[in-house]
Amino acid sequence: MLSRVANALYWMNRYIERMENVARFVDVNLHLALDFSAGDAQWEPLVRTTGDTAPFKERYGEPSRDNVLRFLTFDRENPNSIIACLAKARENARSVREIISSDMWEQVNRAYLLVMDAARSTIAMDAPYEFFAAVKQAAHLFVGTTYLTMSHNEAWHFGRLGRLLERADKTSRILDVKYFILLPQLGDVGTTVDELQWAALLRSTSAFEMYRKMYGGITPSKVVDFLLLNPRFPRAVRYCLIKAERSLHAITGAQSGTWTNPAERELGRLTAELAYADTKEVLARGLHEYVDDLQQHLNHVSDAVHFTFFTMRPISEEADVLRTLPLPPLSAAKLQ
Amino acid sequence: MRFDTYDAGDFYDEMFEAGAHPRPETSLLAQKIDSLSDEELRTRQLAAERALLTRGITFNVYGNDAGAEKIFPFDIIPRVISAASWETIEKGLKQRVVALNHFLADIYGPQKILKEGVVPAALIASAAGFLPACRNVTPPRGIYCHIVGTDLVRDRDGQFYVLEDNLRCPSGVSYVLENRQVMKRTFPQVFNRSRVRPVDVYPGKLLETLQHLSTANSPTVVVLTPGVHNSAYFEHSFLAQQMGVELVEGRDLVVLDGRVHMRTTQGFQRVDVIYRRIDDTFLDPNVFRSDSLLGVRGIMDVFRAGKVALANAPGTGVADDKVIYSYVPSMIEFYLGERAILPNVPTYRCEDGKDRQHVLANIGDLVVKAANESGGYGMLIGPQASTAEREDFKARIQKNPREYIAQPLIGLSRVPTIVDEGNIEGRHVDLRPYVLYGEDIFVLPGGLTRVALRKGSCVVNSSQGGGSKDTWVVGSDQNEPVKSPADKGES
Repeated sequence: MLSRVANALYWMNRYIERMENVARFVDVNLHLALDFSAGDAQWEPLVRTTGDTAPFKERYGEPSRDNVLRFLTFDRENPNSIIACLAKARENARSVREIISSDMWEQVNRAYLLVMDAARSTIAMDAPYEFFAAVKQAAHLFVGTTYLTMSHNEAWHFGRLGRLLERADKTSRILDVKYFILLPQLGDVGTTVDELQWAALLRSTSAFEMYRKMYGGITPSKVVDFLLLNPRFPRAVRYCLIKAERSLHAITGAQSGTWTNPAERELGRLTAELAYADTKEVLARGLHEYVDDLQQHLNHVSDAVHFTFFTMRPISEEADVLRTLPLPPLSAAKLQ
Repeated sequence: MRFDTYDAGDFYDEMFEAGAHPRPETSLLAQKIDSLSDEELRTRQLAAERALLTRGITFNVYGNDAGAEKIFPFDIIPRVISAASWETIEKGLKQRVVALNHFLADIYGPQKILKEGVVPAALIASAAGFLPACRNVTPPRGIYCHIVGTDLVRDRDGQFYVLEDNLRCPSGVSYVLENRQVMKRTFPQVFNRSRVRPVDVYPGKLLETLQHLSTANSPTVVVLTPGVHNSAYFEHSFLAQQMGVELVEGRDLVVLDGRVHMRTTQGFQRVDVIYRRIDDTFLDPNVFRSDSLLGVRGIMDVFRAGKVALANAPGTGVADDKVIYSYVPSMIEFYLGERAILPNVPTYRCEDGKDRQHVLANIGDLVVKAANESGGYGMLIGPQASTAEREDFKARIQKNPREYIAQPLIGLSRVPTIVDEGNIEGRHVDLRPYVLYGEDIFVLPGGLTRVALRKGSCVVNSSQGGGSKDTWVVGSDQNEPVKSPADKGES
């Protein structure tokens, strides 16, 4: 299939997933605000982990609940806002309308109308829980519609690859939100406040119930284990990578455990790293540092996918470019 | 009777002869429409519109909100053309396209027609569509204009005239095919009994026309589009899908080792024939506009080396120049030794001193057109223009006479059209038939009938309030069944 078409399918899915995760970022903070209010200061980390702090400060000044919500939801100049993600998902969908099912196209349009209507009203500010729940649901409908109405062919696998790489990245960032919020209050570690915050984090990734069934009590290391390393929970980073790798091999026809191009190599390596990672190691290294490196590895995988399938240069050249990019070690614990 | 109050006006009415008698070829249709209640007629119109909407038959409007899509307005009363009229049109179009192809081969080759003074050489040199880069290049099979959409109008006396030629990227054929799908459901019995000649063969014929250009065993054909923001993107995507070929953008293509390739997820794949829907000057930034992001760097070298076919060939736009259009009857005589079967609309060339004086003196009665504009832009309809607009065009003509022509206002024929609440009034139409030049020449029976939906308007362009109708070329014996009284009103 045409590279441009594969690229559009990949990004259409990435943008829908990104939109859903922005809703989740906001959701975790809204929950935290209920249990533990730090005032407007609580909203600043959200800008730091999702958008860029500098452009935000330039246009809005000091972060507050309202301006952060606006920035993340309706600000078209913020390329990662919900409305910007949807607009780009829709543009991509339009360019591959003859490839996707009309049900998928309609669902993208419905989601777009939902957010466009909200942008003209005050619902997102007045009833944020309902609004952000509706955004999440719109994304779920898209994924479900995709699963049920499109052949699971090469095009479908490119879509799933994009969606899961995006989700892996965003789940790791949600873990980071907790890091930023909690760090200044080290004294809270292990207290009720701490537990409430981890619970909120699990809820915002729809992981609370599944976590409870597996582990019962809430402890930070187990939450990290669940969200990073669980192979069966669909928002856990490792689950995402396993399925992404499966899609990649479905696209190329290469055997699993082997690689034939830079994308397979980079993703296979990272998936293996997580398969043999250990929470103790991660925490000893520092959750934030680990997540930071993980994100760089994920970027590397995305670059490799791009080089392998989407660019116009001969693949051999791309592989050389990839090799020159230095990567931080992921699991090599820096035990001081 | 529904048509009792219908006013055919001082125009050729495509459905009725004088005295509100249906023409032989439209009698079945007229009876059917007459038999429907206002409610039924409205229901059928709404059903047709809904069908077009759900099929996604839309176009983008420039200058509107980015990426805004609209449905091309559609009227369910078809325009019917008799077998005899069609025969003349078909012959005339074939003759015209053959002559135009000779002309293109000539001016990019030996330039006999210029040397013999039939067409002034200066005219070609100053034509915006003439591409010196294409001199002495013979396109595959010697064919320049593979896909042609010629605009015809019908004057008060029923005579068809050629209004303009479109040899670059004529659009609209997807509406012909989609309108037909919808119409088959709107008037199934009349359709069947009228022996309407089919149009569904077009995508297959188009593919054959394109494949004919390559000597490869099973050539790879693609449709090249400027992208989703182009007003005709729907059509590009539709034709690619109907032919079962890839729809590509310039950024999907690359020149490697002297051939054009498309980038696929499995690597590079050779492309043999490109049905390009982007303008000449955007094709190759190395040769034409260096700022073009739509084309493919180096593609002209591959074309000149005969390693890729482009349809239509680069450089055909020279024949769309409205001044050069005025010479087509002379070309037909020059190359074929025949008289034009389909006449041109009489045309004044503003560059000619005598013609210019006439145009400036009578601008209020004439239609003035810029030589290189299309889509209803760059045009003055004298009788409807304000004094300021007329003065503006006079100044433009004097400043740059080469760029303007003028024609008398043709009283475009009319077709009954649903205007509101089931009322039917006559609206002006034109006709764009589509011609494919491959191994032989194929004229799609029918074509796009564009209708000016605004009362009294003669501007049929979709960007300016125009809509479309299905065009039925009916069998010669189609009116026989109505001779039986039992059939009356039951179709």
